[in-house]
Amino acid sequence: MAAAAPRPEVKPASPAADDAARLAAALAPPRPPAWRRALSRVANFWLLAAFLVVWELVSVYGQRINPQLDVMMPAPTTVVSAAAELAKRGVLFTHIVDSLYRVLLAVGAATLLGVPLGLAMGWSKRFRATVDPLLEFVRPIPPLAWIPLSILWFGIGDAQIVYIIFLAAFFPVVLNSLAGARDVDIYLVRAGLSLGARRRELFTTVVLPAALPSIFTGVRIGLGIGWMALVAGELVAAPSGLGYMINNARTLFRSDYILLGMVLIGALGLVLDFLMRQAMRLAMPWYHGK
Amino acid sequence: MSARSSQVSVENVSKVHFSLKGEPLLALQDVTFCAENNEFFSIVGPSGCGKTTLLNLLAGFEQPTRGELRVGGELISEPGWERAVVFQEYALFPWYTVRENIRYGLQRKRLPAAEQRRLVDHYVGLVGLRGFESRYPRELSGGMRQRVSIARALAVNPSILLMDEPFGSLDVQTREYMQDELLKIWQREPKTVIFVTHSIDEAIKLSDRIAIMCPRPGRVQEIKRVDFARPRDPTDPAVVRLAAEVKRWLRQQAFAEETEPPGAERALSG
Repeated sequence: MAAAAPRPEVKPASPAADDAARLAAALAPPRPPAWRRALSRVANFWLLAAFLVVWELVSVYGQRINPQLDVMMPAPTTVVSAAAELAKRGVLFTHIVDSLYRVLLAVGAATLLGVPLGLAMGWSKRFRATVDPLLEFVRPIPPLAWIPLSILWFGIGDAQIVYIIFLAAFFPVVLNSLAGARDVDIYLVRAGLSLGARRRELFTTVVLPAALPSIFTGVRIGLGIGWMALVAGELVAAPSGLGYMINNARTLFRSDYILLGMVLIGALGLVLDFLMRQAMRLAMPWYHGK
Repeated sequence: MSARSSQVSVENVSKVHFSLKGEPLLALQDVTFCAENNEFFSIVGPSGCGKTTLLNLLAGFEQPTRGELRVGGELISEPGWERAVVFQEYALFPWYTVRENIRYGLQRKRLPAAEQRRLVDHYVGLVGLRGFESRYPRELSGGMRQRVSIARALAVNPSILLMDEPFGSLDVQTREYMQDELLKIWQREPKTVIFVTHSIDEAIKLSDRIAIMCPRPGRVQEIKRVDFARPRDPTDPAVVRLAAEVKRWLRQQAFAEETEPPGAERALSG
């Protein structure tokens, strides 16, 4: 595992270690050239590619047998041209930005409030005992069940949807931060104490870093669930966004827009999760998680 | 620095633990001993004899139910760097590099940065980890991790070093090497060492005196002095004789324990 990443700052401990390192480099099987590695990575996508091709063929040639297929199952190429069309009109970009803005704002707020709350609950048993009943009372209510009430409170608009996403993302963030702070290795806490750490120092140097992987897991899950809640919220009531776009396309009978919206939602979810994982690697170089 | 007394005294200490069902268990009963200034004092005994509990009390992680523990005449009330601990499973901070782990206690002591650098450098060299300062613990072998842990404990200049089976999870060669290194360090920078182990050979190789403990309830049965000059040869007839004597004696104890209570107890210890 140490050999995986070359670390130029580490000087070899001795000439013998230097020799051993050279020998290891000489014995190691040569790395395949870059184009080969790229090819093998692309090759993993053959099933997806085949799926898209079959879909395209069924959709295009199927229309000769059943004309309804045009609407029921728009071809991938039709979806691409729909994307181009909407992009040219400038609407697509607005929908994407509106959706991203809402989810990032809501998950950001859930993180800002949920992480400290969860850590405090994990850190102090008494605080946990106080807050737990309220939290466990609200938590089982699905965020979507809040939609009617939240429309009364906030009207139809950004605030209402942000509130729904916030509710969806808040609990996974709190519960994972709680677990992270509660399950800190007792020996690390003791090591900190016996090396002279005061309570506050113990929190910043031991509890917080130990809980960081759980915190990230919580935010990742929150982001995923929040993204789903966003779409659900926008489907029900929204002035814009990808969910609104899908629902609007339904009333216009534009199934190519619907499919485009679905694909974009999936792709953006994937991108957000990828960015989260990159942030994890940056924030925790010591943690090689799965 | 050496002016402060690092005598460790344990007087009539009893400790009650509670089982998961809430039943009280006597983990330690009337334990009394005194480790002198700069003495290498080992505590041996089978698992469940309370030796780790005793170490936790000395570290200040737990408080005794009855009795008193003192360092240099002062009651132990909480953990502190003057009693640094080396744990069996190292307890290194995974998010800190070797350098940062060793520096941890120095930062808590608010030492000037230059002093911190000097001390870290000194102890990295002392435990032979030069070149590995920027590695994370997970990138090191077990023996190297334990050396970091020892360096981290020594760096704060404790008057007492508490070691809880520090070499228990190392392979035989590494363990012997680490024992030799520990002795060298101890002779160069004398301090009182309280060394918990279940290995009688290890205790005889290292210690000035050995407290032998027995389980149920945990208590000190006997304190033996080891007078042979260091370094000790494990094949020296006198050393072999002492080891055999202690082992035979411990076996008798275990045997007596097993035959006394009825069947269920025997099944547990077998």
